[in-house]
Amino acid sequence: MSATRLALWRGMVLGRALDERLAALYRQGGIRGGSVFLGKGQEALSVAAAMPLRAGPEGDLYAPLIRDTAGRLALGESLSDAFLTYLGRRSGPMRGRDGNIHRGRPNMGMMPMISHLGSGVAPVCGGLMARRIQGRLGDTVGLVNLGDGTMNTGATHEGLNIAAVERLPLIAVVADNQVSYSTFSDRTYACRSLIDRAAGYGFAAYTCDGTDADACLTTCAQAVAAARAGAGPQMIVATLLRISGHGEHDDGSYIPQALRDRFPDPVPHYEQRLLSEGVLDAATVAAVWEDARTSIAAALATAQAEAEPVPGEEDWCAFSVRNLRGGDTP
Amino acid sequence: MSAPVSYIEAIRLALGDALEADPNVFIYGQDIAGVFGGAFKATKGLAERFPTRVLNSPISEDGMAGVAVGAALQGCRPVIEFQFADFASVAFNQMVNHAATYFWRTGCTIPAVFRLPAGGTPGGGPFHCQMPEAWLCHHPGLIVVAPATVADAYGMLRDSIDCADPVAFCEHKFLYNHLKDELDSAAPRLPLGRAAVRRPGSDCTLVSYGWMVHQCLEAAALLEAEHGIACEVIDLRCLRPLDTQTVLESLSRTHRLVVATEAWPYGGVAAEVIACATTEGFTMLDAPPVRLCAADVPIPYQVDLFNAFKPDAARIAAAVLATVEF
Repeated sequence: MSATRLALWRGMVLGRALDERLAALYRQGGIRGGSVFLGKGQEALSVAAAMPLRAGPEGDLYAPLIRDTAGRLALGESLSDAFLTYLGRRSGPMRGRDGNIHRGRPNMGMMPMISHLGSGVAPVCGGLMARRIQGRLGDTVGLVNLGDGTMNTGATHEGLNIAAVERLPLIAVVADNQVSYSTFSDRTYACRSLIDRAAGYGFAAYTCDGTDADACLTTCAQAVAAARAGAGPQMIVATLLRISGHGEHDDGSYIPQALRDRFPDPVPHYEQRLLSEGVLDAATVAAVWEDARTSIAAALATAQAEAEPVPGEEDWCAFSVRNLRGGDTP
Repeated sequence: MSAPVSYIEAIRLALGDALEADPNVFIYGQDIAGVFGGAFKATKGLAERFPTRVLNSPISEDGMAGVAVGAALQGCRPVIEFQFADFASVAFNQMVNHAATYFWRTGCTIPAVFRLPAGGTPGGGPFHCQMPEAWLCHHPGLIVVAPATVADAYGMLRDSIDCADPVAFCEHKFLYNHLKDELDSAAPRLPLGRAAVRRPGSDCTLVSYGWMVHQCLEAAALLEAEHGIACEVIDLRCLRPLDTQTVLESLSRTHRLVVATEAWPYGGVAAEVIACATTEGFTMLDAPPVRLCAADVPIPYQVDLFNAFKPDAARIAAAVLATVEF
């Protein structure tokens, strides 16, 4: 168990360190256009949700959302993919055609999100349905990261309902981070807790403290195991706080201090716990952070050396079938 | 030859043959399984033959389209049946932001077909008769087709299911049971992306798609018989990509162009065809191109209003006469 907890902590450290480097790069003007979107405050849940998953083309389907830098890394996304995408480099997974947190590798089960929240739910359902039709679903699962804001779109509703009707091995991990951009939950939902919706859809329901990494680990492991075992769709609602702004263009100053005081920062919080329990020592903490920052600096330097796309070399065609006009067989 | 089959029967045959040919094909939509077989019976009997691959959905058009995206990524070839094309507007996001952008963004193809029962039938009113092609064509990455014949209802659906890119298949509801023809499913077919010359002629080019092709053919017959005017009737078949080459070749012979559609005028397929004719074929034109579209209002319910709402053979013939006399 301590190995799992250490892996969770390391994942949280790597995610936090990457977010901090991305934020610094943005402030330095190192990213042309756009913003950067961080997962600060959500690392415990994000990593805990990704850890029970299997990576690879025949592995699980994973649909991370805006604030899952840490979870993406935990499931095997390379540091390079983040930098190459933010920097719009040609050799990145999105080749400069899409950016920031829209990155993914669908052939590896890593779904690239679009900005329209909730749109990722039904495609994961469809992927699982396809595998069932093809007879290769096995005990693979799909996991979608959602937030309190995302829970209010029609796309989310339709996707979750389809998952329940089809009794799919889908895990919906809801980070209730208190705020949709700048609007607080009192203006975005009126049920007692978002977990109340689980029963309405026909999902098994779990809640946990999203700032408590151990609680996230236990809850996510249980939900993923249940989905793998054929118990149908599972929903976790974890309560936590988005520490940063919506993106780094936004200082989040509208988040009142009283609200901030209610939620510990999960990364130092967990680190302190592991230190006090003797699972970690100060030297290891320093070394792991140093190692994370070194790897991140190396990935950034490599990405910066990569070529940007050249407009004149693009084919500017949105179709994969190239010979429709003119009459050759497509 | 065998007995004539209807346009909807051709669609049903194409679906059955596609399910038979490829175990990765499945159909997902409202009321399509069980003994019911769909609002227009396009899937009648298919659920019995393919019980795991003809699946009823909730009333969740956005969700259905999203399912298609994810299933296609896993190697399936989903066919989504919308009960009416009108309801594609609530699936707009998944179709244009997910399915249409996927290949450009990721290099992964989305071989999904969205079947859209489109176009007018009397009494259908504003929300059961729409033509969605203009707003679908506007988004790069979606192939948009509109078969006008029984052979194309079959062949273009098979080709759409086999296509690597997402296809919006705009099938015309009025043709479902009103159009019958012999069907040879093994006959060689014109590929997707190619327009068809349905009637050759040298005096005026008439361009349309879907049900309106038949109005153009009726107008052409009338003009030939009563005025000795020979219209060349082009059925676009595929609206995106658009076979402008066939239109321009025809224009080089006729020098006159009338485009007729059942859709609204603003920013529509007719406007696109005329934009092509004027920008690429300007010197060939002997008269201003004419655009005949539906009236620029929501689709009326009452039958006389509905019939007056859209062009018909008589209005097409009048437009051709005016063009020829210009």
